[in-house]
Amino acid sequence: MIVTARDKGLVCCQSCARVWPIDQPHCGACGTRLRSRDQMSLQRVWAWWIAGVLAYIPANLYPMLHTRTLLHSSEDTIIAGAFEIAAHGSIIVAGIILGASVIIPLCKFFAIAYLALAVTRGAHWPARRQFVLYEVVEFIGRWSMIDVFVVAILCSVVQLSVAASIAPGVAALAFACSVIFTMLSAQSFDPRLIWDRIETPPTKDAT
Amino acid sequence: MTPPQNFDLKSLIACPKCDALYRVGPVEKGDQAKCLRCRTVLYARRRDAGLIIISTALASTILVIAALFLPFIEISRLGFKNGSTLIDAALAFYGGPLFVLSLAVIGSIIALPLTRLFLTLYTLTPLVLNRPAWPGAKRAFRLSETLRPWSMAEIFLVGCAVSLIKLTDLARVELGPAFWMFVSVILLMAIQNSFMCRWSVWKALER
Ligand SMILES: [Zn+2]
Ligand SMILES: [Zn+2]
Repeated sequence: MIVTARDKGLVCCQSCARVWPIDQPHCGACGTRLRSRDQMSLQRVWAWWIAGVLAYIPANLYPMLHTRTLLHSSEDTIIAGAFEIAAHGSIIVAGIILGASVIIPLCKFFAIAYLALAVTRGAHWPARRQFVLYEVVEFIGRWSMIDVFVVAILCSVVQLSVAASIAPGVAALAFACSVIFTMLSAQSFDPRLIWDRIETPPTKDAT
Repeated sequence: MTPPQNFDLKSLIACPKCDALYRVGPVEKGDQAKCLRCRTVLYARRRDAGLIIISTALASTILVIAALFLPFIEISRLGFKNGSTLIDAALAFYGGPLFVLSLAVIGSIIALPLTRLFLTLYTLTPLVLNRPAWPGAKRAFRLSETLRPWSMAEIFLVGCAVSLIKLTDLARVELGPAFWMFVSVILLMAIQNSFMCRWSVWKALER
């Protein structure tokens, strides 16, 4: 049977794992602000989540890159760019770009919303699986920045005067904002809330 | 590890991710503990960890600074040639309305990794030499931990690989020396991360 710090009237420091009396405001070892459960957590999660979703819309509508070569010039949105690469034969690279810029962000929006709703409304998934989902979201979120870096690299490298040049589009900024907001949303989530629901002791057990 | 009975706070450790409370005995080098409920690693002390972290951090710092001034990608097309350094890539958005993105790119691939390396060296060097911690060491270590998800050198590297393939049908592309230096920096940082036991560092800073 797991005993939590809160059960014992204690609070755990989230950066150094030391334990203090529950009414202590700051960790005596590292100075981090102590909260047994972050009550504002879900509000911040939703605020950043909405910002992330809103920024994601222009990121897909506007061009990411303006490419200009001697023969033609083109403007690519994220999805159009990925399909163009696929048409050139690099299916794997197209897959990486689609995965990092479309599939991961969308899955993250759903995953964070699910976790936040599960805490308030209850969920079918067991706590262990929700926690795994949380860890995956935390780990994978940063990787969406790949596309922003690709734009930065392309724009700096391809400056060959008239032969070819690439300039960044507005979508790059919107996309970077969306990734940053979503990371902040995931970071605001207090994973200890996942476990609280299962802590009500089962009534059939007499001990 | 067993659920605690009394309240000697120093001998307790709580899982920062799920609040489960445990008692810690004396921790020897080579010991590792995982939370029984969520499998988060609570501590993992490894032999000579401090020395390995400091030497890899020192080596990475030198490599990053040197890599700043060398080209990491070179392209040529129709007689035009262009090499791009890390600084060029970071400044790709400079001057236009997207200059905010420049700041984000500089921060995540150069400034934050360097800051974290410096903070790590500042915190750990006196500890490894068995001296009292330098002033502000706790704040330095906490800042370094906060910055961790925002330092994105490894993601930039994958971005490099993707842009390389994107560029191959536009021009002739070659990887420069800075690219390989960055690859070794990422490897060094991975080693450093696997030897870093945050719990032990905080324990040592408290003395
Ligand atoms: Zn603490
Ligand atoms: Zn745990």
